Amino acid sequence: MTATSTPPSTSAPYAGLKAPTTARRLLTQPTTGPLVALLLACVFFSVSTDQFLTGGNFSLIVQQVMVVGTLAIGQTLIILTAGIDLSCGAVMAFGSIVIAKMAAEGSLPPLAAIALGLVVCGGFGMLNGTLVKKIPLPPFIVTLGMLNVAFALTHIYSEEQTVTNLPGPLTALGQTFPLGKTDITYGSLVTIALFLLLAYALSSTGWGRHVYALGNSPEAARLNGIRTSRLTIGVYTAAGVLYGIAALLLISRTGVGDPQAGQTDNLDSITAVVLGGTSLFGGRGSVLGTFIGVLIVGVFRNGLQLMGVASIYQTLITGVLVILAVTVDQISRRKAR
Amino acid sequence: MSRTSRLPSSLLRAAACTGVAALALTACGSGSGSGSTSSGSGDVKVGLITKTDTNPFFVKMKEGAEKSAKAEGVTLMTAAGKFDGDNAGQVTAIENMVASGVKGILITPSDSKAIVPAIEKAKAKGVLVIALDTPTEPQSAVDALFATDNLKAGELIGEYAKAAMKGKTAKIAALDLAPGVSVGVQRHNGFLKGFGVTDKDVACAQDTGGDQSKGQTAMENCLQKEPGINVVYTINEPAALGAYTALKAKGREKDVLIVSVDGGCTGTQAVKDGKIAATSQQYPLKMAAEGVKAVVTYAKDGKKASGYTDTGVTLITDKAQDGVAAKDTAYGLENCWG
Repeated sequence: MTATSTPPSTSAPYAGLKAPTTARRLLTQPTTGPLVALLLACVFFSVSTDQFLTGGNFSLIVQQVMVVGTLAIGQTLIILTAGIDLSCGAVMAFGSIVIAKMAAEGSLPPLAAIALGLVVCGGFGMLNGTLVKKIPLPPFIVTLGMLNVAFALTHIYSEEQTVTNLPGPLTALGQTFPLGKTDITYGSLVTIALFLLLAYALSSTGWGRHVYALGNSPEAARLNGIRTSRLTIGVYTAAGVLYGIAALLLISRTGVGDPQAGQTDNLDSITAVVLGGTSLFGGRGSVLGTFIGVLIVGVFRNGLQLMGVASIYQTLITGVLVILAVTVDQISRRKAR
Repeated sequence: MSRTSRLPSSLLRAAACTGVAALALTACGSGSGSGSTSSGSGDVKVGLITKTDTNPFFVKMKEGAEKSAKAEGVTLMTAAGKFDGDNAGQVTAIENMVASGVKGILITPSDSKAIVPAIEKAKAKGVLVIALDTPTEPQSAVDALFATDNLKAGELIGEYAKAAMKGKTAKIAALDLAPGVSVGVQRHNGFLKGFGVTDKDVACAQDTGGDQSKGQTAMENCLQKEPGINVVYTINEPAALGAYTALKAKGREKDVLIVSVDGGCTGTQAVKDGKIAATSQQYPLKMAAEGVKAVVTYAKDGKKASGYTDTGVTLITDKAQDGVAAKDTAYGLENCWG
C-alpha cells in the first residue's frame, strides 16, 4: 500500500500517518475477521458434506441459533457498556416458565402471559442495571447473584415440572412458512429483525452513540452531559426485555416450558459476542458482529453434526475460536493506538 | 475506490485455499475416521443422541452402538446435550440428523416431556425414533423403547434389603436422583415396593443428582437427622460410594446396608469390595445394539420396531439371600459397563 493514491486527509489524527483507505478500514473493522471465519467454515462444510449447502439447512441453522442469538443481542448491549451479564439464560428460563405456566393453567390469556413474561424479564434487567449503577457494584457479581436468584425461582415456581399443552399463540413463532423449497420459521425472522433494529439503533441514533461513549469512558460520557445512570439502567432493562423475547422463542421452538433450559446459554451468548469481534473492555463492536458470531457457532455445530463428528469436538473448536477472537481484538486495539 | 476490490479477491483466494485444504483433509481423513462415524456402506445412517457425552454410561452405550453399526455395515452418527437436562441441544441434534438423512434415531431423552414435539417432527419425515434407557412421556411418542425395567431394578434391591435385614427394624435413607425424573422415581418406588414399605417409612430422602460428592453430603445430613439409619437405598453407585464415605467417617460402614442400581464396573467392584451390599445391573451396550439392529431392519424391509423391550436387569451380590435370585460379582464384573 502506498499513500500516493489518496491525498492526505486533513482529518488524519496524526500527521505522518497514512490516511486510511477503504481497504484498510475494512481490515481493521472488528467484524471482518469473524466474517472471513464464517465464510471459510461454510466453504469447508460445503466441501465436506453434501447436505450442508442447501437452503433448508441454512434455515435450520438460523432457527437453531435464534434463542441464543436473541440473548446475545442483549449481551452485546451490556458488553458495549463494559458490563457483562451472567444471568441472561436463567432470566430467560424464568420468563419462559412464567409465560408457559400462566397460559397453560389458564390464569391469563396467552398474549397477556407473553406480555407478563417480557415485563418480568425486563424487571430483572432493570434490577441488574440499578444495582450496577446506583450502589455501584461490579456487573459480574450482580449478574452472578441474579443468575442464582432467577435459577432458583424457575425451579420453585415450576415445581420441577415441564409445562406442556401450551395454547397456540405461545408456539406460533415456531411454525414455518414455505419460501421456494425451504421452510422458514417465523421466529428466525423475529431474531433477524431484532438484530437489524438494534444495529440501526446503535449506528444511527444518538442513543447508540451514547452507549459507545459510555463504554469507552464513563467519566468522559458524564462530562459530556450524557445521563449515564439513566442510560445504563435503560441498557440493562432493554437487554432484559430481549431475554423475554428469547423466552418466547424458546417456548415456540421446543413447544414446552422447560425449567432446565438455558443453563449454559449465558456463556454461549458471551461466546457469540466475543466471536463477533465485540471487545469485552466496552465501546467497541457491533450487534451485526454478534450475529456473525452466533452463526459461526451454529454453522460449526450443524456442519460437524452433519459430518458425523462427535459433539465434544465442536466444544473444542469453539474454545479455540474464542481465544483467537480475543487475540485478534487485542492486536487490532494495539494497532489502533 | 478501486482498492476495495483487493479484499474480495484475497477473500476468494483464501476461500479457494480452504476448499483445497478441506478436500485434502477429507481425503486424508477418510481412512482414519474421527471415532464417531464407523465406516460402513454409508447408504444407511443411524443417529445416536445421548444425554451427555461425558457420563460413562452413555460412553458405553455409544461403544455398543459403534460395534453394532460396524457389524451391520451402517454409518453411525452421534451427538449429545451439553449437560444432563439439555433439551435444546437434543432438539438441535435431531434436526441436524434428520437433515443429514438418517434412517433412524436412537435417543436417551434428557427431558421426557420436552423432547416429544421434536421427535414427532422427525417421525413425520419418515424417521424411525427409538428411545433408549429413558422412556418419553407419553411412552407412545417414540416408535419403540429399549430400556431397563427400572421399577423391577428397584424391586430386586428392595427384596434383597428386606431379606438381609432378617426382621430387624429398618431405618431407611433414600438417596434419590432429582424431582420429576422418571428413572429416579421408578427405582425409588420399586425399592419401596420390594421392601414392602411406603414413603412414610423412609427416615430421610435427599436428591443427589446421581453424583458422588452430593451423595456424600446427603448421607452426612441424613445421619445428622437420624443417626440410627441402617439401610441406604441409592439411585446409582456414585451416590452409593458417596454414602459409604460419609458412613465410614462415622465408623458406621460395617453395620449399614447400602443397595444401589446400575452395575457399572466401578460400582460392581465396590460390591466385590464389600462397600455396597448389592446392585441391580443394567446393560446399556445391549440397548444400543438392539436399537441399531432395529433401524437396520427398518431400512431393509420397512418393518418398524414397536412397543417396549426390556433389556434385562440382574441382581449382583456376593452375600446372596434366600428367596432372592442373584449372581455373584464374578458374573457382574464380566458383564459390567464403564
